[in-house]
Amino acid sequence: MYTLKSIPIGETVKVIRLDGQGALKRKIMDMGITKGIKISVKKIAPLGDPIEITVRGYELSIRKADAEKIIVERC
Amino acid sequence: MKIKIALAGNPNCGKTTMFNEMTGSSQYVGNWPGVTVEKKEGKLKNNKEIEIIDLPGIYSLSPYTLEETITRDYLVKERPDVIINIIDATNIERNLYLTTQLLETGIPVILAVNMIDVINKRGDQINLEVLSNELGCTAVATSAVKGIGLEELISKALDTAKKENTKKVSPMFMSEAYGRLSEEEEEQIISNRYELVQQIVEKAVVKKNFNKIDTTSDKIDKVLTNRWLALPIFFVILWAIYYVSIVSVGDATIGWVENLFALLQEGAHSLFSGLGASAWAMDLIENGIIGSIGAIFIYVPQLMILFFFLSLLEDSGYMARVAFIMDRLFRKFGLSGKSFIPMLIGTGCSIPGIMASRTIENERDRKMTIMLTPFIPCGAKLPVFAMFISLLFADHTWIGPTIYLIAIAAVIFSGIILKKTKLFAGDPAPFVMELPTYKLPRLKGVVIHMWDKAKSFIKKAGTIIFAACAILWLLQNFSFSGYVGPDAIDQSILAQFGNAVKWIFIPLGFGDSWAAPVAAITGLIAKEVVVATFASVGSTVPIVFSQVTGFGFMLFTLFAAPCFAAIGAMKREFGNWKWTFFAIGYQTGLAYVMALLVNLIGGLIFKGTDVVKKVSLDIGLMEQASEGDVVSFNIVYAIFIAIIVIGLIIGIASKIRSSKDYASVSKAVASESVASEEN
Repeated sequence: MYTLKSIPIGETVKVIRLDGQGALKRKIMDMGITKGIKISVKKIAPLGDPIEITVRGYELSIRKADAEKIIVERC
Repeated sequence: MKIKIALAGNPNCGKTTMFNEMTGSSQYVGNWPGVTVEKKEGKLKNNKEIEIIDLPGIYSLSPYTLEETITRDYLVKERPDVIINIIDATNIERNLYLTTQLLETGIPVILAVNMIDVINKRGDQINLEVLSNELGCTAVATSAVKGIGLEELISKALDTAKKENTKKVSPMFMSEAYGRLSEEEEEQIISNRYELVQQIVEKAVVKKNFNKIDTTSDKIDKVLTNRWLALPIFFVILWAIYYVSIVSVGDATIGWVENLFALLQEGAHSLFSGLGASAWAMDLIENGIIGSIGAIFIYVPQLMILFFFLSLLEDSGYMARVAFIMDRLFRKFGLSGKSFIPMLIGTGCSIPGIMASRTIENERDRKMTIMLTPFIPCGAKLPVFAMFISLLFADHTWIGPTIYLIAIAAVIFSGIILKKTKLFAGDPAPFVMELPTYKLPRLKGVVIHMWDKAKSFIKKAGTIIFAACAILWLLQNFSFSGYVGPDAIDQSILAQFGNAVKWIFIPLGFGDSWAAPVAAITGLIAKEVVVATFASVGSTVPIVFSQVTGFGFMLFTLFAAPCFAAIGAMKREFGNWKWTFFAIGYQTGLAYVMALLVNLIGGLIFKGTDVVKKVSLDIGLMEQASEGDVVSFNIVYAIFIAIIVIGLIIGIASKIRSSKDYASVSKAVASESVASEEN
């Protein structure tokens, strides 16, 4: 079990749980990050934060602090 | 019968293009009541009975964000006759998630499967029949850009709207939309929706090449957000925009408009003197009316050029990358990655800067940006600095750059402080942002965007701002007994007012005469008017300043409430007067405190030296002061280079840190896999 924050560029992982609550959790889920979905980490911004991920066939930018709330496993 | 059609869909799904195609020139852009979210309405091109409402671009109908709340309330309370739900066919899964929620409102939905041309080009296939059977609503393939399917879409929407609509809002939608569900229930509902969508997509969509996402866009992105190239490319693009719209072409247009209004003034002069009008009536028309309008309209061409470029950035998809690149730096002081653009534009003129803050999605970040952008010294403040520098600091070349540094420090400091106040406090908003694929912007869309902005500014300028300028003209040229004219400003109502309030400025060191308070007020018309006021006051009474109080006055001018035109822009972007007054109050308050500190601390440090010796300003030199004196080198380049260096340092530091992180992660992974092999 890892958080999405710690996943190196190029890796693909599967979401197993979402921590956090309220608006943040809802926003993450609304964007399609739900249990069981595969995410691949694409890029880190030039200043080291946020990161770019691919989920459900599109690109999403997410801050590391928020990515920490996404619990994933390797697949 | 009047029919209301609402357009709903995700951001970047082609909704705006669709709206423009449907309504032609009949659209009206405003704000939703009380909030700063754009509201667009229009009439169908060939049938004026049909009203089209462009709802904000949203991903969901959750109760958490402003745009989503507005859309939801509109749908539940106003009940449009039909919703056209535009979905980006190239990103169908996430787009259909909103569809599942729209269907729960019970309002008839027509699905516009947009960007079908891109799908065909890729060789993918979408089975519309399966899609509409599974979802229970009509689906039409469209391409708003190419004009495909629009007629069919509208006729199907009208057919559906005319049928009686008996469906009710689903109770689950209501309890969800108004936040009455537990966290677990909410999570379950979202998962169910996405599962449903996944199943439908599996049945209806055949992808030719499953793993291949838009590769051209990927290639562009590899360069534009490259770890080392991203910042330099960003600054080159910004520099180019800045150079064209503020410095070269933009500055030239200011000259043209000024000449145009000078011609109008001359024409009016000869016309009315020929008619034998009295001196005050002529002055009213020439300076009070034509002059005031001119002071505002000189910005319009510059504004339009600037918004042309900004729309280009927005429509191409680069603006999202700007936020991606700059986010880390700017969020440290309560701003967004996108705040950089308004601030940079603010070095030319605050008005387009404030209006450019529109592109910031987060309400709090946007308000903070609107409030702090006027701190950046704009082009109109330069003559004021130039005057003081040439009259008081002739040999001190460091004064000009210092002013810019103080301005930047004030932005950062204010951001950090304000972030902690009640108004900006609360949970940090999540920064989860789609990075749309790059698109070639369409000229038509960009031009419409540009014209919308210019139109709204002209409207404001023509009413509130003009009225404020005209009233100020009256106060400046009339005594209580009648017209006195610009040469006898010392007898005007404004001068008497200045005399009455000058005690306020005594702690700041420039309350000796009424010139400073009056100049502070006339500066509201346009900041360069401060120089003209000093010149006309100075010709009747001596104005005295020491170096310390002169520096204090420059800082006061820098931070105090901006000109009426900028205040108007602030009001428009805030959407209410409460925030506008709060911002003006904060700006003027900070200006007062800064000038006070300069006077007190400067007075102590330099006690007894020439620096605090008051001298009378030499009026003869006043209007000759050149703006070149303010900055001996181009400050904008210096700021650019400084930020690139800071960016590179942060980039290198995080590279080192993250490679450490990865090392520990891969170690952990390695040991885990070893452990599992042993088992």
